[in-house]
Amino acid sequence: MIYVYSFLFCGFVCLIGQLILDNTKLTAGHITSIFVVVGSFLDTFSIYDKIINYVGAGALVPITSFGHSLIHGALAKASDMGIMGLLMGMFDLTASGITAAIVFTFIFTLFFQAKN
Amino acid sequence: MEKKQYKKIVDKHKPTETRAQNAFIAFVTGGLVGVIGQLMTEFYSSYFEISTKDASTFMLVTLIFVASLLTALGFFDKWVTFCKCGLIIPITGFAHSMTSAGIEYKKEGPIYGVGSNIFKLAGSVILYGVVSAWFFGLLRLIIMGG
Repeated sequence: MIYVYSFLFCGFVCLIGQLILDNTKLTAGHITSIFVVVGSFLDTFSIYDKIINYVGAGALVPITSFGHSLIHGALAKASDMGIMGLLMGMFDLTASGITAAIVFTFIFTLFFQAKN
Repeated sequence: MEKKQYKKIVDKHKPTETRAQNAFIAFVTGGLVGVIGQLMTEFYSSYFEISTKDASTFMLVTLIFVASLLTALGFFDKWVTFCKCGLIIPITGFAHSMTSAGIEYKKEGPIYGVGSNIFKLAGSVILYGVVSAWFFGLLRLIIMGG
């Protein structure tokens, strides 16, 4: 059943993105930025955590989970360290994703050429 | 005259049809990426005997790796033009924007080409993500006490 929920939620987020892309002048860059902000906003009230419990990876794959992970790590550190923890824990959970993206990008950029 | 009218009618109906089609394709492909993510998470957590949380990190790294590799090989651009938001909204779009910018600007050198351009699109995601997470986190600390 979690596969169905994953499909529906992740598809639904992409559907909203596509509708915004087609019906407004906003570009893909605007939409991903908006979705990250929405993700971190939803996690302010722990709503996104509940969604992840229900739909599993379907909520972790969309870019909204990036905003969720940012604020989640920041708040986890802030519970120990107070207001400085917000700065210290910001990248705790997203570090793996960003580092992986940078490293893979660098390696592939070394080895591959542009097609045209 | 009739041809002109016909063209008008066609133009009127064309965009809405492709919009519905685009939305459908984005829904299905986006959903499939979600299902693949869930499958991978369960595979990793049972194969390596790790928690679901760690397995989901593995899953995200795998998706980023696959998206980067396919972008470098040149397949991913075509898929993105077909699926649009179905591949842009998932984390694959983040990796795609970085790798495609890196390869595109490779000619301009390692510093002012690759180094300055890989975060051209991903940078805005990180900027607004961090600023909003900091702001909302601060609000929550002040109002709800953590």
